[in-house]
Amino acid sequence: MPGMRDPLKAPPGAPHGAPRGSLVSVADLGVRRAGHSILSGVSLDISGNEIVSLIGPNGAGKTTLIRAILGLIPHQEGSIVTAPNLVIGYMPQQFTIDPVLPLTVRRFLRMAANAGRAEIVAALGEVGVPQLAEAQVQTLSGGEFQRLLLARALLRNPDLLVLDEPAQQVDFQGQIDMFELIEGLRRTRGCGVLVVSHDLHMVMRATDRVLCLNGHICCSGAPEAVSAHPEYVALFGPRAAESVALYHHHHRHAHDLAGEILPLQGAPPEPPRGD
Amino acid sequence: MLDDFFARALLGGIGVALLAGPLGCFVVWRRMAYLGDSLAHGALLGVALGLVLGIDLTIGIVASSVALVAMLLLLQRQRRLAGDTLLVILAHGALSLGLVAVSFVEGQRLDLMAYLFGDILAVGRADLIWIYAGGVVILSAIAYLWRPLLALTVHEELARAEGARVTLVSIAFMLLIALTVALAMKIVGILLIASLLIIPAAAARRLARTPEQMAVLASIAGVLAVVGGLYGSLEWDTPSGPSIVVAALAVFLLGLAAGAGRQLIPGRHRPIGG
Repeated sequence: MPGMRDPLKAPPGAPHGAPRGSLVSVADLGVRRAGHSILSGVSLDISGNEIVSLIGPNGAGKTTLIRAILGLIPHQEGSIVTAPNLVIGYMPQQFTIDPVLPLTVRRFLRMAANAGRAEIVAALGEVGVPQLAEAQVQTLSGGEFQRLLLARALLRNPDLLVLDEPAQQVDFQGQIDMFELIEGLRRTRGCGVLVVSHDLHMVMRATDRVLCLNGHICCSGAPEAVSAHPEYVALFGPRAAESVALYHHHHRHAHDLAGEILPLQGAPPEPPRGD
Repeated sequence: MLDDFFARALLGGIGVALLAGPLGCFVVWRRMAYLGDSLAHGALLGVALGLVLGIDLTIGIVASSVALVAMLLLLQRQRRLAGDTLLVILAHGALSLGLVAVSFVEGQRLDLMAYLFGDILAVGRADLIWIYAGGVVILSAIAYLWRPLLALTVHEELARAEGARVTLVSIAFMLLIALTVALAMKIVGILLIASLLIIPAAAARRLARTPEQMAVLASIAGVLAVVGGLYGSLEWDTPSGPSIVVAALAVFLLGLAAGAGRQLIPGRHRPIGG
């Protein structure tokens, strides 16, 4: 089927391969459904050790873009090239599991990979809920379930994490915790992260690069640059731009694998203070 | 031992119950109770087909069930009519076609009640071979499909993203249900097949902590229902098919009580929302 890929494997006979260092390279992507254009002219690259955030209003095509990258839906225009043998760990939007299905956390995690007891406990520890292995999934709180989904994605040892609204239906502190967790995972595992979020505060807080999507890419770049962009302000209003300034200090630098401080590419020298 | 009609009935019933356990769990988990019922209704068309063509009735039932699944999959591609609407059209259409066709069969050789409510006491050696050979095939297929089937039951898109062949597995599962219905028809009859799939699975729910436990417990519950129902029917001279379903109902209530009792014991269970 043209445009469909098995997301687990490298595309069959990928002609050129993704550009060097890039995990996924999307060029001029167009997706139509029932005659309507959902995405058009979307290009983006995701590298290892990089957190890319996808923001945009409802119906902007954020989830469609993710599903196209995962190979779940076909695209009509452009190309999606992935690195050879790329493994993607996917965390869908929060969902509920029907109580009629008895399911422990451990059994749920074994669905992703043939993981042993130690691996499962390790993955749960990595996302901060090591005590939950024997709990029934339906008894978890929203935040615990999100962490469980993240652990399932991690068990596949992904090169790229694709997270759709990882902090949905979680309280404010829970959102901060989740984004700190994601930032930490990027550091410890060195994987690329593509994250969809509604929450502008959180995105701006823990992101290297922001893509603002509304059918096409309105603007992209470092959080501070995007938040000052007129199209961003038009979409989210001037208040959204102001709120970002609160967190600007988190983006003056990045860390390499050894924890050394690196200058952040494309960051403006001194972002404006919200005064 | 196989010369005894009662022993054959027990063996046949137990075979079907073992089969219905894991399949019934998936029917319950995936909310497909209507599908089992509809396939059972449609099976009467297969009976008529078998009689008219003079072939083995089980083959006729399998053929009509597979045709019904294919029709359903085809019709589901259009999106104007919902699945439950399609199921009623197909199931009742096939049932009525079957009843009409049977009326043409010379001499009314057909005992309609036996098909509607089952005739487990008339289970013969050929039926036992069908049940156990078919059962081995169906259980092997379910074991093979278990992992992707469970994954897509939990979250279809996640399963797809992790590489499961969702469409293929879904179709295979529907065909397995069709086969099971064909094998179970003799035991409890068209009108009660769905109960043999669903009640034991429901009875097992509160006692199970994993999907696999629930499947095994459902098989055990089904066997208890068959054995209890058959001995009850022998003891009180009641119709065997309905007696089995009544016994299944009793097992279900016992399962509920046992589950409730377990929840009263404080222990490892986390409170809901905790």
